[in-house]
Amino acid sequence: MHEMGIAMQIIEIAVASIPEAMKPVSVEKIHVNVGKLSAVIPDNLKFCFEVASKDTDVAGAELCIREIPVVAECNDCQFNWTLNGPAFQCQSCQSGNIRILSGQELDIVSIEIEEQENRLKNEE
Amino acid sequence: MEIKIVKKVLDANLTVAEQNRKLFRDNRVFVINVMSSPGSGKTTLLEKTLTKLSSEIRAGIIVGDVSTTHDAERLARSGAPVVQVNTDEFGGDCHLAAHVIAKALENFDVKQLDLLIIENVGNLVCPAEFDIGEDVKAVVLSVTEGEDKPVKYPLMFRVCDVAVLNKIDLLPHLDYDRQAAVNYIHQVNSGMPIFELSAKTEAGMEAWLNYIREKTKQKNEMI
Repeated sequence: MHEMGIAMQIIEIAVASIPEAMKPVSVEKIHVNVGKLSAVIPDNLKFCFEVASKDTDVAGAELCIREIPVVAECNDCQFNWTLNGPAFQCQSCQSGNIRILSGQELDIVSIEIEEQENRLKNEE
Repeated sequence: MEIKIVKKVLDANLTVAEQNRKLFRDNRVFVINVMSSPGSGKTTLLEKTLTKLSSEIRAGIIVGDVSTTHDAERLARSGAPVVQVNTDEFGGDCHLAAHVIAKALENFDVKQLDLLIIENVGNLVCPAEFDIGEDVKAVVLSVTEGEDKPVKYPLMFRVCDVAVLNKIDLLPHLDYDRQAAVNYIHQVNSGMPIFELSAKTEAGMEAWLNYIREKTKQKNEMI
């Protein structure tokens, strides 16, 4: 529901991380990790990114989303498993005393920028 | 060429949330962020809460709404200072972000507060994602909604510390399975405290009020 705001944050962070000395440069890919438990729908985020990135320094970049599964560990028996639905109980001992190890991520990991050589070739 | 960034997308929000948290800590204000779907009776609950506590606790409230000032007008009757935040001024947002709270705080004398209640925008999805610097997150559910709301919106019930099951006065007229709702809540968040009450008749309100009294006292006495 708030994917547009998230997309704008991604654009802001990505634009700020392009080294000043390299500009202007084309950003080819932006890698983000999105946890399955976060309230973000990848397709919506991609759509919003396309719309919001127009006329910015990352226009045309592909938003590569890696979905992170929800992994939990039981604090009582240390059993570790991947959740496939909203059942937050240990699959081994049924304890509710668990902690979430992954699945809530909303991280920007890296940007890929066009190689200088390619750029020179393109300019020739 | 790949440039590593490794940063939380909501980093900017987290930074402001930490500033809010520090302000609340420095002034020993207990802050509770109340979230729910639209129509759960959140405003009635908070109106009653403020009215009951206003003689003993210096309380203020920030109200988020996509539009209108109806809720703020109702809450102002309690006598507590109310700041209304219409999120359409901020782009029609579906949640309150930390910077919106920071801005709203300019309208309060935080030093004069013991308790700050934040009534978030009615929505069980987006507000769950945004830290605003609060001490406690509460989710309000009412018995006129589906029993399975907790498993439909697991993130919300996972991030919240306490739940309120509201409108229990209506139970005799409904086919609502109260135990199923409680089980669903605990399926998502084992051991989550649940306050079953009716903000309208005030049945069960005392346990909820005591919880807020206790938490406020703890924060006020914090060194």
